[in-house]
Parts: sequence; structure tokens; C-alpha cells
Amino acid sequence: MTRIATLALLASVASTAVLANEAKIGFVTTLTTGAAVIGNDMKNAVDLAIEHLDGKAGDTTIEVIFGDDGFAPETGKQVTDKLVKQDDVDFVAGYIWSHVLLASRKTVLDADKFLISANAGPSQIAGKLCDPNFFSTSWQNDQTPMAMGEVLNRQGVKSLYVMAPNYAAGKDMVAGVERTFEGEIVGKDLTKWGADAQLDFSAELAKAKASGADGIFVFYPGAAGGAFIRQYDQAGLKDTLPLYSVFTVDALSLPKLEEADFQAVLGSRTTQQWDPTLDNAANQKFVTDFKAKYGTYPSYYAAQSYDAIMLIASAIEAVGGDMDDKDGLRAALKAADFDSVRGEFSFGTNNMPVQDFYLREVVTDDDGTWTTKVVETVYDNAVDPYAADCKMK
Amino acid sequence: MDLTLFTIQLLNGLQLGLLLFLVASGLTLVFGILDFVNLAHASLYMLGAFICASFTLWLGNFVWGVLLALPVTALVGLVVERVVARPLYARDHLDQVLATFGLILVIDTAAQLIWGPAGIAVPLPDWLEGQVQIGAVTLPSFRLLIIGAGLMAAAGLFWLVNYTRLGMLIRAGASNRTMVSALGIDIQSLFALVFALGATLAGLAGMLIAPITEASIGMGNSVIITAFVVIIVGGIGSMKGAFIAALMIGLIDTLGRSFLDDIFKLVMSTEAAETSAPAISAMLIYIIMAAVLAFKPSGLFPPKVR
Repeated sequence: MTRIATLALLASVASTAVLANEAKIGFVTTLTTGAAVIGNDMKNAVDLAIEHLDGKAGDTTIEVIFGDDGFAPETGKQVTDKLVKQDDVDFVAGYIWSHVLLASRKTVLDADKFLISANAGPSQIAGKLCDPNFFSTSWQNDQTPMAMGEVLNRQGVKSLYVMAPNYAAGKDMVAGVERTFEGEIVGKDLTKWGADAQLDFSAELAKAKASGADGIFVFYPGAAGGAFIRQYDQAGLKDTLPLYSVFTVDALSLPKLEEADFQAVLGSRTTQQWDPTLDNAANQKFVTDFKAKYGTYPSYYAAQSYDAIMLIASAIEAVGGDMDDKDGLRAALKAADFDSVRGEFSFGTNNMPVQDFYLREVVTDDDGTWTTKVVETVYDNAVDPYAADCKMK
Repeated sequence: MDLTLFTIQLLNGLQLGLLLFLVASGLTLVFGILDFVNLAHASLYMLGAFICASFTLWLGNFVWGVLLALPVTALVGLVVERVVARPLYARDHLDQVLATFGLILVIDTAAQLIWGPAGIAVPLPDWLEGQVQIGAVTLPSFRLLIIGAGLMAAAGLFWLVNYTRLGMLIRAGASNRTMVSALGIDIQSLFALVFALGATLAGLAGMLIAPITEASIGMGNSVIITAFVVIIVGGIGSMKGAFIAALMIGLIDTLGRSFLDDIFKLVMSTEAAETSAPAISAMLIYIIMAAVLAFKPSGLFPPKVR
């Protein structure tokens, strides 16, 4: 075995004049503003992934350089420019926000670097703007709400009120639930988003209540999620207007809600492609070590970031650390030959994951900590709806 | 558009307007009387929320949290006045903007170090978590409390400015600062007091909003912009102007968010209405400000002597 490895090493040394023994990954996320709570969770997951890899992919040392997008597309583009041009990274990963990713994608792709989204999944990049050098370890925005729409149909919900922030992902989420939900959408609000996002939803909740809908569907990631759930409960809508959310109740908002003893959130349901209780070896190791190191459950942002680093590491290892072998790296990324924490998945024609979606419920774990567990599988090997618009084969 | 919903939205608008008034009144006091542009007013709003959140979690009671956080916020206001504001009174507005903008960054980062980036959800006692039924109108009881507290603060401020010796000095200071100090009034402690009062009002607004939106880093930055719109529309330095403009902006913003898409649907396609209504309602208050400035360049109620 050692001999084969040595031979392989020699072969790779022989095949490239200069062996690139270091690979650089730029990781763009939000490390300031209230949304930094998401960025920190992702950064923690990246650090844990590097620790699990011992800082190496095969024989290649991995260096991660973090960049802060400040929750704004223009800042995100600037920091991406810096990573690509000044630091000359080989991969740019991360991106919580769809509008930030859309603003930054061209910088990375024009420089013939690889772009790995660890969260944002705007419809444009899955469809017309798809690119051989772009990969996602998360989902296409529409998919999670589509799964929720399917759940609503199964539960016999006939009319729905929809609320989401007014930006690229918010619109995709609304489009997603509208695509699969068979009942009537009786009202819709898109609220102001960004560093000065609207967090007081009194007017919208009053409208939702007056609409007489069977349920309310919302998408409020980050701090806005906690604020929304608070006001939803204060308005006394729990019994008359059941809440169906995506990316709103997560491992980041639950500890805060638990500390404020905010019982209303227990039992609420959301859809997702991953859950801390998923039974596979990679996930168990990830969740256990994450909890041991940081004291909280990892969020789905963390899981996707961990996967992003593991995917990149698998590609670097596959080409033996030769970072100039772009075709080899591309093929290796596309193969997705690593142990993902979500279990088996593959990349579709547009390099979006083809994966399962689950319905999760907020529960109390054995230690009394609030977390989620899987209730049922909604979709098996789901392909996103924009794959057909992608010209790539 | 039924009457019940309209009434609820009016009350929601009133509540938003009163919160805006709490922030704007402090801003207009400091800007109008001290002639000092305090962007860091937003940070005092945030600090109020965080301090109150800490006290609430520590004591397990929101009301005690507010009562203890108010003097602490006033104290923070005094320190900011002494350390940052006082040396800058004589400088021009640009220097003050620069310094107080820097102060925002410092306080935001300090808050992140102390309380972490996650923000704090503030628990309320049970009697405030429910709803109140008035006829056909159901409102969260906490929102009613905000309306009550806002009206009380406005009344208290009105009384203070118009019927007390301190208020007389404040008004005199606003009209002619040199004359007031020539009459033997300690203008420095008067200014410090006004600054602390403004800080307390901003802090109170932060404390009242925290149980709704959580206390979070940078939470004041969006409010401060709207508060500037309020004092510009109302007339800089005018308490009455701030009050009327705050209620006006609160109502316009809330009603715009509530009914604009329905109104647009009357004249354009559903899809066009759904896309344009959120954009227009986000711009609405600035459109109003531009319109007011076009007709009354110094605001609706400019103070008489400046």
C-alpha cells in the first residue's frame, strides 16, 4: 500500500514540473452585522473541517483565507476581487446571500477559478448563468420551499399567506412554494432586506390574519427569523394561522429562543436537505465534534460549509495537489467523491446537488437542548427546476 | 379593505410613529439645542436594548429590566457627552459626523465583544405576551404597552419643555445660547443634561422594540435614518414638529406596506403590483420628505427663533 502511494506520489511529481504543495481557499461569508452569527457558524465548521483533515488534502497543505461580505453585494464583490486578484486563491467558497453571490460570481469565473456555494442557490446560477466551474454544496433556492409546498398539500392546507424578504433568494423561495403548492395564495408580502432590513412585521401580520388563510409560509433567515417568530406568537396566531417556514427556525435561532424560554417554537416544522440526526458516519462525527468544540448544534449553514471544504479537499487529493490541472479538478469536483454529512448525493447537469429533502420538527433532545429531528422524507433525489435552462451537458 | 384591518393598521402605524418619536425627540433636542449632529444616537438606542436585555435575563423581569436600564443608559449618555461630544461643540458639523460615525463603529464592535454577534431575545412576562381584544380589534398587548409608554413619554417631554424651569432654559438655550450663559446659567451642565435626556429617550425606544425584534448589533442604523427623516420633515429643533412628523411617517410607512399593493392592483397587473409595491413602500417616506422640503425647506414646524 505504502509502495503504491509512493509510486503515485513519484508519478505526480514527475508529471508536473513544479508541484503545487499548497492550495488556497477563499471563504466569503458575513462576519460583521447581526448576520455575523451565520458567518461565525460557517467559519467554525470550516475550521473543524480543516482540523479533521489535519490541514491537508493528500499531501497538499490547505490554507483558508476568510473574507467578510458585510451583508452587502458591493462589499462581497470587493472582498471576492481581493481574494482572486491579490491572494490568488484556487477556490472561492462560502456565500450566504444570493445577491452577494450573483454580484461576485463573474470575478471568480472570469479568472478561471472554482466557485463553490456553501449556501446561496439563486435560480439564475442554476439556470441560464450555470457554469462548469461553479458547484453548490447546498441547494437551489426554490427546492426547500418546493418541498414545503408538497408538505402543505399532504396536510390538506387549502389557502396560504406568503411572506419573504425582498431580494433574490426571497423571490426564489416564493416562486418555489408557488410551484408545488396546489391551494390558493391569498396574500403575499415582500419586505425590505439588507443591513437595514425591516424587522417589525406588525402590518404584515395583521394583513395575514385578516386574509383568513389556512396557514402562513415564511422565509426569514438569520436574526429576522427569531424576530418574526416572536411577533407571530405575540399576535396570537399560533392556533388560527399555523406557521410553515423554511430557513427560519435553525440551530442559530433555537438557543436564543430556548434561553428566552419561548415554548411556541417547539413542534414547528420546516423542510431541509440536512439534519443533525441524519444517520451516517460523516454526519455523526461532524455533529459530535462540532458540539464538543463549540458547545452548540451545528446549523445547516455549518453542515454545508463543512461539505464545501470536504468536496474541495477530495478534488485536490484526486489531482494529487496539481492546482494547474483545471480539467482534473473540475472532473473530481463533479464526481462529489467524498462522505457528505447529508449522505449520498450527486451533481446534476447544472452542478447543483441532486439530493433528498426532509421534513424536520423542533424537539427537545435528551439533554433538554432544543434541536430538530427528521419526521419524514419529502423528496428523493430531487432535481431543481432550473436544470433544464442550463446549456451545460 | 375592511374597517377592522384598517383600524389595526392605524394602531400599528401609531405604535411605529411613537417609537420613532422617542428616537427623533432626542435627536432633535441635541441637534436643535446643542447644534451637534449625533449619528451615534443609533448606538445609544442599541445600547438601551442590550442593557435592558441583560438586566431582564438577569432579574427575570422585563419591567425591572427597563427601570434599571434607563438610568444606566442616561449615564452612558453623560459619558459620551463628556468624552466625545463636548470637545466637538465648537467644530463644524462634518467633524461631528466623522467623530460620531466612528463612535458607532466603536460601540458596535464593543457590543459584539460583550454580548456576541447573535443578539438577545428578550423574554416578556406572561401578561405582556398575550393579546387584548377591543371590539373587533385584536392587538398584541405589548404593542398597546408601547403605544401607552410612547404617549406618556411624549406628554412628559411636552410638560418638561413647556412648563418647567429646565424646559425654559432648554428653549432659551435653543434660541440664544450666548445670552443664556451671559445670564449666569451653567450652559455646560445644561447641555450635558439635554444630551443624557436624549440618550435615555433613544435607549427607551430600543428597550421597547427589543422584545419584538430582539436586541441585535447595528439595530439602530436603520432607525436613525428614519429618525433624521422625521426631524427634517418636522423642522430641526422642534419638539412639536418631531411628534407630528413621527406619527405621520409611522402611519405612512405602515399604511403603505399594508395597502399599497391592493391600491396598485386597481391600476396595473397583479404581477406588476406585487413587484413594485414593496419597492415603492420602502421609498415612500423619502418621497414624502422630498415633497415637504420642496414646499417648506425648513420643515413643517421650524422653531421660531434660530
